[in-house]
Amino acid sequence: MKHIISALVQNKPGVLAHVAGMFAARAFNIDSLAVGRTDDPALSRMTIVVLGDDKVVEQVRKQLAKIIDVVKIQDFSGAEVVARDLMLLCVHTPPEKRPEVLALIEMFKAKVVDIGQKTIMVEATGPEEKIEALIEACKPYGIKNMARTGTVAMAKFSKNAPADNQ
Amino acid sequence: MSKTTTKGGCPQSPEEFPLKTGAEIVVDTLIEQGVDTMFGYLGGVVLPLFDKLYDAPINFIIPRHEQGGCHMADGYARATGKVGVIIATSGPGACNLITGIANAMMDSVPMVALTGQVRTDLIGNDAFQEADTTGITRPITKHNMIVKDVKDLQPAIREAFYIAKTGRPGPVLIDIPVDVSLAKCRETPLTGISLPGYKLQQSGHSRQIKIAAATINKSEKPVLYVGGGVITANASEELRTFAKKANLPVTMTLMALGAYDQTQAESLDMLGMHGSAYANYAVQESDLLIAVGARFDDRVTGKLKTFAPNAKIIHIDIDPSSISKNVHVDIPVVGDAKFILAELTKEIEYRPRKDWFDKIAEWKSKYPFKYDTASANIKPQYVIEQIWEATKDNAIIVTGVGQHQMWTAQFYKQTKPRHFITSGGLGTMGFGLPAAIGAQVACPDALVIDIDGDSSFNMTMNELCTAVQYELPIKVCILNNGYMGMVRQWQELFYGKRYSKSSLRNPEFAAVAEAFGAVGITVDKKNDVKTAIAKMLAEKRPCLVDFRVEREENVWPMVPTGKSLHEMDGLSIFESMS
Ligand SMILES: Cc1ncc(C[n+]2csc(CCOP(=O)(O)OP(=O)(O)O)c2C)c(N)n1
Ligand SMILES: [Mg+2]
Repeated sequence: MKHIISALVQNKPGVLAHVAGMFAARAFNIDSLAVGRTDDPALSRMTIVVLGDDKVVEQVRKQLAKIIDVVKIQDFSGAEVVARDLMLLCVHTPPEKRPEVLALIEMFKAKVVDIGQKTIMVEATGPEEKIEALIEACKPYGIKNMARTGTVAMAKFSKNAPADNQ
Repeated sequence: MSKTTTKGGCPQSPEEFPLKTGAEIVVDTLIEQGVDTMFGYLGGVVLPLFDKLYDAPINFIIPRHEQGGCHMADGYARATGKVGVIIATSGPGACNLITGIANAMMDSVPMVALTGQVRTDLIGNDAFQEADTTGITRPITKHNMIVKDVKDLQPAIREAFYIAKTGRPGPVLIDIPVDVSLAKCRETPLTGISLPGYKLQQSGHSRQIKIAAATINKSEKPVLYVGGGVITANASEELRTFAKKANLPVTMTLMALGAYDQTQAESLDMLGMHGSAYANYAVQESDLLIAVGARFDDRVTGKLKTFAPNAKIIHIDIDPSSISKNVHVDIPVVGDAKFILAELTKEIEYRPRKDWFDKIAEWKSKYPFKYDTASANIKPQYVIEQIWEATKDNAIIVTGVGQHQMWTAQFYKQTKPRHFITSGGLGTMGFGLPAAIGAQVACPDALVIDIDGDSSFNMTMNELCTAVQYELPIKVCILNNGYMGMVRQWQELFYGKRYSKSSLRNPEFAAVAEAFGAVGITVDKKNDVKTAIAKMLAEKRPCLVDFRVEREENVWPMVPTGKSLHEMDGLSIFESMS
């Protein structure tokens, strides 16, 4: 099962290595890991998608919390969250297939960001299922290249939803 | 310089603090943190630090190898509860600390390691004696950091001590490039430490404590399962009051020996792979297991699926990640054992539990630790019993790793905390001698005895020279079976007696001791054991006794790996000896 964990970490050298090393040393399974800045320059946010049952995820959470440079952890399992992936996808598109592929991209509400002689580069964001579906739909034409950010996520607003800046 | 008024002679603004080099800041901050003793070895990039140590009021012990120094700092910390401090140079010096740091990490020993590093502008260039020390030690430290700006040095050292000794203690490493030691800056005023990612849970949830107490009060067949955390938390007194008031049988892990007085009737002694049959049976039959500062290590639980199958589990621990890691816990209480045991004591009631204690007494009388006392050979257990008879609860006992370690745990009854020092989690051969030296440095007037194995001793015996140099009157008792005994036992039991590479040619240990300037004694007759021990104890110098013990003795009982705790081998041997 996939669980999304969001960790606020000190923006210091070695923290990413520490988190990644801990996952490897404890044989936890990472599906994706995305790191980026936050509004506070001293802090970064890591969004980690972990594979495992509830017991594994509980250990992941506790082991993350044990790392001194990890400031705060949210486990989004079971919470109402918005989770998004960003993907760049380069699809093989000979001129005769162009209308078809463009229609497909349109259907997925994705964006064309570059057009080559025989390729189209698409930018797509959305929930993971949508991204996966777009990949499947493009496969028959031939995928030349693909880059994904991994999931980033945030809890939906509710009175109880945790916020970093109170 | 800005002109702020100075009250009572104390600098009020940072500008008024004097300029100091990084090296001066390091030494002054160590002293500020209460360090009066440290261990370490020299090298190019730590020379600025050693220059400041030249006339610092710090008792400095130089080992013969950085690993030895690290184990000394560890032994010092375990004997006192204070932070052990070790310093080493970059590259090879830092790498030689690895085993010692990992050992301290596994057993939650408070330690600060300072390592020198190459100049900041050389880092990453494969410079002479460069190693990625923080990278290498990240998984074996509680925390580590490299300080690249002298301004960050003083806060880093203060944080290191704070992190090392609070919560679940552990080693913290600070890597200091040589140019940072030489750079100058002003001291930082001593302010509160701000570590937003480091939260300590001390007091335990009061509702959880109430639930735990109610569960204990209802239980018919409880067992108190005590781990090293109780010693770390200095909670032995609270443990005793709690166990006596609630009337509970108490078993301890290897790390916890001494946390509860083993001469008391309710002590079940050690549990686990080589634990007592009565402890293991009691755990397996219990209806409630109260774990305090223990972590359900595989050497303790045996086969997890069938561990304490009928028991509810209460787990008191300061480290939330220990809870429900290996075993599902019904009632977790996160916090400091000292505080929580005291709170629990208020809530619990005495209960006679006569049937349960009768049953335990029956196991105890049927399966005490045994060996062939009639043998004409020197049995290793006999030597330990004789050491116990001669010293009782008067000695700090340190061990290497192997059979001798287990026999010491079985046959030397501990009565006080911090009097049994052994490498539990990592099981580091070679720990005994240097850890004994560290303990003796910490407690100059104490009787410190390293009960060691021949192979373990071989690994770090160069440190005998350190004991001689600093006039540390440690005693070393080698239970010399001419084997890596524990390995030989496994080969006998699980590899068809094929003793592949498990015996080494030993030197004449007594002659080696004499060459180092210590006293050496060899004992090869059972009749001489007592006299040799008496002679050793009367000796004012470091003294080694080489006991030529029965070569192929085994440690019993034994729960083979993968078996349940009650499936112990060797009990029939016990019965045949009665
Ligand atoms: C550094 C290290 N290397 C290897 C081992 C594996 N090991 C565990 S016990 C043992 C044999 C110990 O022999 P000795 O010190 O003579 O003690 P004995 O078992 O004979 O009492 C070995 C090799 C270890 N624990 N530590
Ligand atoms: Mg041996």
